Amino acid sequence: MQKQAIFQSKLLPFALVAPQLAIVLIFFYWPAVQAVIQSFLLQDAFGLSTSFVWFENYLELFSDPAYFETIIRTFFFSFAIAGSSLSVALLLAVMADKPLRGGAVYRTLLIWPYAVAPPVVGVIWVFMLHPSLGVLSRYLRAAGIEWNPLLDGNQAATLVILAAAWKQISYNFLFFLAGLASIPKSVLEAAAIDGARPMRRFWTVTFPLLSPTIFFLLVVNIVYAFFDTFGIIDTMTRGGPGKSTETLVYKVYNDGLIGGNLGSSAAQSVILMVMVIVLTGIQFRFVERKVTY
Amino acid sequence: MVEQEGFRRYVAHIVLWIGIAIVAFPVYVAIVASTQDNALIANGQMSLLPGGHFFEVYYQTIFVGTSGSTREPVANMMLNSLVMALLIAVGKIAISIISAYGIVYFRFPFRMPIFWIIFITLMLPVEVRIYPTYKIVADLHMLDSYAGLALPLIASATATLLFRQFFMTVPDELLEASRIDGAGPLRFFWDTLLPLSRTNMAALFVILFILGWNQYLWPLLITTRDDMQTIQIGIRKMMTTNDALTEWPIVMATAVLAMLPPVFVVVAMQKLFVRGLVETEK
Repeated sequence: MQKQAIFQSKLLPFALVAPQLAIVLIFFYWPAVQAVIQSFLLQDAFGLSTSFVWFENYLELFSDPAYFETIIRTFFFSFAIAGSSLSVALLLAVMADKPLRGGAVYRTLLIWPYAVAPPVVGVIWVFMLHPSLGVLSRYLRAAGIEWNPLLDGNQAATLVILAAAWKQISYNFLFFLAGLASIPKSVLEAAAIDGARPMRRFWTVTFPLLSPTIFFLLVVNIVYAFFDTFGIIDTMTRGGPGKSTETLVYKVYNDGLIGGNLGSSAAQSVILMVMVIVLTGIQFRFVERKVTY
Repeated sequence: MVEQEGFRRYVAHIVLWIGIAIVAFPVYVAIVASTQDNALIANGQMSLLPGGHFFEVYYQTIFVGTSGSTREPVANMMLNSLVMALLIAVGKIAISIISAYGIVYFRFPFRMPIFWIIFITLMLPVEVRIYPTYKIVADLHMLDSYAGLALPLIASATATLLFRQFFMTVPDELLEASRIDGAGPLRFFWDTLLPLSRTNMAALFVILFILGWNQYLWPLLITTRDDMQTIQIGIRKMMTTNDALTEWPIVMATAVLAMLPPVFVVVAMQKLFVRGLVETEK
């Protein structure tokens, strides 16, 4: 943890850390503290006066059924996105892990969507599945489905989940591939010699040994679904129709900007901060366990 | 392994090609749509084969922009995105590498508290503190400026941790050797540590460039002027008008242009990209 060979200097180290410290203090700590303070304040409708209201903003949130619905919706989205994206990525990674001709090409062709920005993903998917002009909507309609995500909340939610999961496939694929590469071949060979067929080998050897990767990715995917889906939702549905695709982050944005309710928006930010800290804490504890594994 | 693997290999090839098709199809649709006539698309009669309007659409997109909603040439948006992405990547690497150097190679009062102050920033993405950050940037008169776009996104610890980790693995003998040669701390940093960190810096640059280029929520809040908007924001603005009036070929051409630089980076610098991704996530 500590270097033995070091330099002696009184001022230089401070000069070296100063730029980062300044940026972090101004653009990270100051706003974070502001968010906490703001969450205890209530502004009147015209923004003329503010008063200190203790936990009123929080109490109001927690007595609001709509807020609970948003929390539940966000977690539902998270698990739907993580679940679908992880399972597709795992299947592809297991296939790409085999010694195949052209393996490197497959890998390249599967990882590039990582670079596509969420708003771009949103625009393209909404275009493909647009009720009147989407290329895929035609087939859905031909199959007898009343497809209109602009009006039907469940369909809008499906659309957001599909697009968000699509974007995350390449990321998960990459980490699964790294996880699979680190499983010793000798273990699999031993299982094979014991007569375990490939499917059985996967479920009894590969999958358990992959569990650290799976858990790590699960946390990362949930965080992704919380925050990075903002761009997808904003270009696709803007949280609508109704509130059917409004996640926690989107609600912070909406209530603060459009609603002008900064106190409530700040209280929501603080609640989100706590959630992220808990998630990151879980992840760190787990990463530590992985090291001693 | 022990089984005859031929059949399973065929299955693997087929599954992978299906995966690639799923992954590539939306992008294919975007490319095809960007070469077609808007009237045809608006009628819901878009073809899944490339149309003949490629040059016309891309010329208008890059140099003119949409005729209805934004009227801002996409070339200008790309320039803004490029400046922002480069500022974020270079700025973050520069301030992180020197602060990691300070923390690893010196003993000074408050060293550990300072390290923790920086470390904690890992936990909270900009999304949870958007409005207070917005207010501070506004108070500093940085709205609609490159500094305002980049600085709040530089305020995080990933790169610092990465360099700290790397510096810890650099053998102490190197420092002792250069000290015998009479090198001071800055000389050692410049002549020894920096060249050794080259690969790490490159890997980090690739990741940070992609993340910077793809930023959305923050630029959305702090850019009000059309000529400061990044390409990701431009796309959304193009769609705000009534659906029937959206100029889809131009929107799709913009989408294609928006993904071109980061996708190129991933494909061309795949090794660095994978390395950067795996290391920043640890």
